[in-house]
Amino acid sequence: MDWLQSLRLAAPEILLSLSGLVILLASAWANGPRAARLATWLAVVVLAVAGAMTAPVLFAGAKGPETLAFSGLFAADAFAAAAKLLIYAAAGASLLVAPAFFERFRAMRAEYPVLVLFAVLGMSMMVSATNLLTLYIGLELNSLAAYVLAAFLKTDDRSAEAGLKYFVLGSLASGILLFGMSLTYGFTGTTDFAGIATAFKDGLPAGGAFALVFVLAGLAFKISAVPFHMWTPDVYEGAPTPVTTFFASAPKVAALGLTMIVSLKAFGTQAPAWQPIVIFAALASVYWGALGAIGQTNIKRLLAYSSINNVGFLLIGLATATPAGASAMLVYLAIYVAMTIGGFVAVLMLKDSEGNPVEAISDLAGLSRERKVLAASLAVVMFSLAGIPPLLGFWGKLVVFQSAVQAGMFPVAVLGVLGSVVGAFYYLKVVKVMYFDEPAGKALGKSDGVHQTILALCVLFLSPLGYLVVKCLTALADLAVAALLTAA
Amino acid sequence: MIGIEHYVAVSSILFVLGVLGIFLNRKNVIVILMAIELILLSVNLNLVAFSSFLQDLTGQIFAMFVLTVAAGEAAIGLAILVIYFRDRGTIAVDDVNRMKG
Repeated sequence: MDWLQSLRLAAPEILLSLSGLVILLASAWANGPRAARLATWLAVVVLAVAGAMTAPVLFAGAKGPETLAFSGLFAADAFAAAAKLLIYAAAGASLLVAPAFFERFRAMRAEYPVLVLFAVLGMSMMVSATNLLTLYIGLELNSLAAYVLAAFLKTDDRSAEAGLKYFVLGSLASGILLFGMSLTYGFTGTTDFAGIATAFKDGLPAGGAFALVFVLAGLAFKISAVPFHMWTPDVYEGAPTPVTTFFASAPKVAALGLTMIVSLKAFGTQAPAWQPIVIFAALASVYWGALGAIGQTNIKRLLAYSSINNVGFLLIGLATATPAGASAMLVYLAIYVAMTIGGFVAVLMLKDSEGNPVEAISDLAGLSRERKVLAASLAVVMFSLAGIPPLLGFWGKLVVFQSAVQAGMFPVAVLGVLGSVVGAFYYLKVVKVMYFDEPAGKALGKSDGVHQTILALCVLFLSPLGYLVVKCLTALADLAVAALLTAA
Repeated sequence: MIGIEHYVAVSSILFVLGVLGIFLNRKNVIVILMAIELILLSVNLNLVAFSSFLQDLTGQIFAMFVLTVAAGEAAIGLAILVIYFRDRGTIAVDDVNRMKG
C-alpha cells in the first residue's frame, strides 16, 4: 500500500480539512459580514473543486482493492463518490442561501461556512468508511459540527433549544451505535467491514444479533427513521432555516449511505436478520411521517415530517437487500435532495414586508395571487413530494416500489403506495391554502437573487424536464451499487 | 476468576444506567451530560475488555479515539448549554419546551 496513493485517493477530504482550517484561521482576523460572505463563497468553491475531484471516480466506476487507502480503512470507490457528489451539492446550496438569511439577524459569521466544511468532511469519511473506526470518526465529526450549527442563531431561543435537543439525542444515538460497534468487535474480533461479513458468514450468534440491533438503532436515529425520529420536528423547526436545509439534505444522504454500507457490506451475509427490522422502520416512518404531518401549522415542522416520510420510502429500497433496491435508493436520494432543498429554499423566500421570516402555513393563504412564481414553485415541490406524475418525485417512488415488487415483497410495496396516498393529503393541503384561500397578505417580502436561482434549478430538475437525466442518473446509480457490492 | 462475561455484564449495566439517566432524569441538563459520559465509558470498558480477551490491539486504539471524541462532545455540549442558559436563565429539563407538536 503506497502512501502517496492513499493521499491521492483521499485528496477531496484533505482539501476539505485544509481549507476548513485555513478559513477558520483567516476568519479570526477578518471578521464582519463582508468577510463572512467571502468565506462562504470560498467554501462553495472548495466544495466545487472537491466535487470535480470526486466526479471522475464515479464516472470510471472505480471499485475493488485499488480504491482502498490507508491500509484498508478508507475506500474512494464509485459508491462513495456518488454519495459525496450529492453531499457536496446539498452543502453548497445550503451555504449559498445562508448569508441573505443570517445578515437579517446580524448573525452571519465566517464560522458558518467553516462548520459546514467540517461537517461535510465528516460525511465524506462516513460514506468512504470500510471500518468501524472510520465510520465513528466521520459520524462524530459530522455530528459535532451539526450540533453547533443548530444553535447558530444565538438571538433566537428556539435555536438554542434545537441545539440542545439535537445534542442530547444525537449523543445518545452515537452512544447506542458505539455500544453496538463494541459488541460487533467483541464477537468478530475485527472492526473491518469485510472481516465482519466473513465472521458472520455461517450465522449470527445471539450477541451478534444484539450488536446488529444496536447498530441499526443508532443509524435509525441519524436518518430519523421511526421509532427514533422524535428529535426531527423540533430540531428542524428550531434551527435557523439555512441550517435546516442543510440537515434535511446532506447528512441524510451521508447517514443513509452509511446505513447501506453497514447493512449490505458488513452485515450483508446476514440480510434475513435485518430485513424485518428495516421493513418495520420503513413502513412505520412512511405512516408516522404522513399522519404526524396532518395537524402541523408550521411549514418547517411539516417538511420535517415529510422528511421522515421520505426516509421510509428510501428504507423500502434498502429492505429489498438487492442491487436493484440499492440503486433505486440512490436515484430516490438524488431526487429527494432536490425536493428538500427546493422546499426549504422556498420557505426561506417567505418573508413579510419587513423581511421577517414567515413560517405559519396559514400565512401562506392566497400566496398565488401575491407571489405567483414562488407559489407555483412551492406547488411543484409539494406535488413532487406527494409523488404525483409527471413530476420527478413520482419516478423516485416508482423505482423504489418496482425494486420491492421485483424482490417479491408485494405487501410492503402495496402498504408503501397506500402510505404515499395518505401523505399526499397534507402536501395538497399546502397547495390548497396557497391557491384557494383568501389572501392573508403576510408573505409579501422580496426574495434574494441567489434563493431564486437555486429554487429555479430545483424546480427545473423536478419538472418533467428532469426525465431527460433519469437515464444517466440510473446508470450512475448502477455503477455506484456495483462498486458497493463488489468490495464486500 | 473474572471472565469476559463479567466485564460485558458490568458495561451493559453502566450503559443501561446511562440511557435511563437521560430519559428518567427530570431535573437538570448537566445530569444528561453526565449520563452521556457514562454511556461512552461503558463502551470503552467493553472495547478494552474485548481487546484484552481477543489479544488484539484494535479495541484499545478504538477506546483512545472514543475518549478523544467524548472530550470534544462534552465541550460542545457545555457550550450549547451556556448559550441556552443565557437565553432562558434556567437549565431545568422540564423547561426545554418552546417547541411541541
